[in-house]
Amino acid sequence: MGISIAVCIKPVPDPAHYDKIKIDPVKKTVVREGIPTILNPCDKHALEAALQLRGPDGLVTVIAMAPPNAEETLREALAMGADAAVLLTDRAFAGADTWATSYTLAAGLKKAGNFDLILTGTESADGATTQVPAQLAEWLSWPHLWNAVAIETAGETALKVKTKAENEWSDYQIGLPCLLAVSREANKPRLTSLMGVMKAKKKPLTVWNRCDLDVEDASLGMPGSPTQPGAIFEPEMGRKGIVLSGDAEEIAAQLVEKLRSAGLSIETGDTCAPGGAGV
Amino acid sequence: MKTTNPADWKGILVVGEITNCRLQPVSHELVGKALQLKQDCPAAGEVSVVLIGSGIAAAGKEMQTSGADELILVDHSQCALFHNDLYAAILKNIIEARKPSVVLFPATARYQDLASMLGIRLDTGVAAHCVDIRINETGDILAVVPAFGGKVLGDILCPAHRPQMATAKPGIFRPGEAKPGHTAKVSAFDAGGVIAETMGKTRLVALDAASCAVPEGIPLEKAPVVVCGGWGMGSKENWQLLGELAGMLGGAVGCTRPAIDEGWMPDESSMIGTSGKVIRPKVYIGAALSGSSHHVCGMKDSDLIISINNDPQAAIFEVSDIRVVGDAKQVLSALIERIRTIRSA
Ligand SMILES: Cc1cc2nc3c(=O)[nH]c(=O)nc-3n(C[C@H](O)[C@H](O)[C@H](O)COP(=O)(O)OP(=O)(O)OC[C@H]3O[C@@H](n4cnc5c(N)ncnc54)[C@H](O)[C@@H]3O)c2cc1C
Ligand SMILES: Nc1ncnc2c1ncn2[C@@H]1O[C@H](COP(=O)(O)O)[C@@H](O)[C@H]1O
Repeated sequence: MGISIAVCIKPVPDPAHYDKIKIDPVKKTVVREGIPTILNPCDKHALEAALQLRGPDGLVTVIAMAPPNAEETLREALAMGADAAVLLTDRAFAGADTWATSYTLAAGLKKAGNFDLILTGTESADGATTQVPAQLAEWLSWPHLWNAVAIETAGETALKVKTKAENEWSDYQIGLPCLLAVSREANKPRLTSLMGVMKAKKKPLTVWNRCDLDVEDASLGMPGSPTQPGAIFEPEMGRKGIVLSGDAEEIAAQLVEKLRSAGLSIETGDTCAPGGAGV
Repeated sequence: MKTTNPADWKGILVVGEITNCRLQPVSHELVGKALQLKQDCPAAGEVSVVLIGSGIAAAGKEMQTSGADELILVDHSQCALFHNDLYAAILKNIIEARKPSVVLFPATARYQDLASMLGIRLDTGVAAHCVDIRINETGDILAVVPAFGGKVLGDILCPAHRPQMATAKPGIFRPGEAKPGHTAKVSAFDAGGVIAETMGKTRLVALDAASCAVPEGIPLEKAPVVVCGGWGMGSKENWQLLGELAGMLGGAVGCTRPAIDEGWMPDESSMIGTSGKVIRPKVYIGAALSGSSHHVCGMKDSDLIISINNDPQAAIFEVSDIRVVGDAKQVLSALIERIRTIRSA
């Protein structure tokens, strides 16, 4: 027994480098030059879950909607153990919000095959809307759960899933086909072996553009998105930036004064004076 | 994709959240924002609140004096457990019948899920995790949304579709002031029909009442002082210093993600940042954390920010009022010692 699983993976700029991101003061666009593209960290957990659930005859297909250079990220997923990859790429897809992204991904998934289960991460590192999983499930009219921390099969046609919401857990039974957004807490993604990398070179990677999909042009990319971007800016971070110096004891003495003027009673531990950042 | 005539849609609907029969504070925060929008632009229309659950009379009473004009209660035994398919179907019914121009949702695990679903079911846009919401010259909603872990903020509009939907995390907006003299008019929505139809079709079954891990001590969001540690704390032993200092200052311990991966904190309920909590304490002390945008997003509005890092170039210093370049263990130990000395004097 094995099931056919699709995993949605998003190539994203490496979050370790977001400090370098700037806004071009003239063009008012995000400058992310020199930041490498990686497989969205959360999506590795979704892929790991798929590889564990697949069963001996099962198949795992990864799919991404991304620019053409995303092939590299898809190969990385194949190296981790996925069997096939699909890249949806077209200029017309650019600038899509979650509505248009999920619409396009849904069209790709419908064409790619008869999946029993679709897995996603819970959030992308760059956009982090958390919306794509539920929206994708809605386009397919499938039931779904967000933030699955434990997944087990319940017979041939259903899964038992534990989800986490803030600090609470809930248990669900969900019939196949369904979609699950997999939590980071669900597993520890395997490392890629050299053997995996070699094998990945021979695995099928299919590229589709808008003509390959059953989609309406008016629903694609930024023009097809109900939300429209306005101005972008960097958050206001104005801070005093006072540098304390001295050895640890001297610094501790100064910190105590700073805490006092912020309204803390060092004698009792109470917060007395209201508001204000006294420095 | 259909478009709608914005003129047909009016008013602001807040979707409140009830978990385990308790009204979640984020509900009041969203009402606070909605009332502010109404005040800034009276044409925005009335503020209504919808609450879904089972046996929710007490939560309803609490919400009645929030300043909202109207309260819609969906009280049904089948709604005792959160069920996304069912709750979304109920909300779709209510929204289509009432046509609010704006719908606000908590950006919590459960309710962001509903907002996402309704974006497709109602064919409209959802601005995720807003840090601010305003009304622009044309009377449209302008939602400020973070990207790249909060490094960049962008305005999001939904010009041609209604309702305009947005989610916001707990802690982002200030709650409205309770108005004991003003009580919202209450109406009940009979969910019987929607329930029969949804439960007949869905392949999703909620099995158990949520089991809840109640964190010890003061909740992070309410703590006047948050002592937050990062990966550079280095060991479980050093980590204890944070708890000791927080205890002395009547505060709580927060953390960055690596601290959870290292097992120094039990789970994500104390994590601060884009995927964690948003806090605004009087004093934030950040020790041995780099100040990645994902973390800064959750603490940058603290009143006073003190940080300790042995790397003078650490990004956290850029958002700090007080910068201490040094070893976190040494500085924290010295500070604890100093306070102890003062107290024993
Ligand atoms: C989608 C996504 C969402 C995320 N959400 C969150 C989130 O909500 N919250 C969050 O925190 N992270 C989040 N992260 C992770 C985040 O990007 C960073 O990896 C994380 O915040 C870094 O934690 P850190 O600062 O503790 O560790 P590091 O970045 O490793 O920093 C350690 C710091 O400690 C300093 N240091 C080392 N030794 C000492 C010493 N002895 N004394 C003083 N200083 C010392 C170092 O100079 C360094 O600056 C997310 C990541 C992704 C991809
Ligand atoms: N362009 C995309 N291609 C493939 N999967 C995506 C894409 N965008 C989002 N996803 C999936 O949806 C999840 C949540 O993303 P988001 O809604 O952007 O936070 C991610 O973890 C991915 O699994």
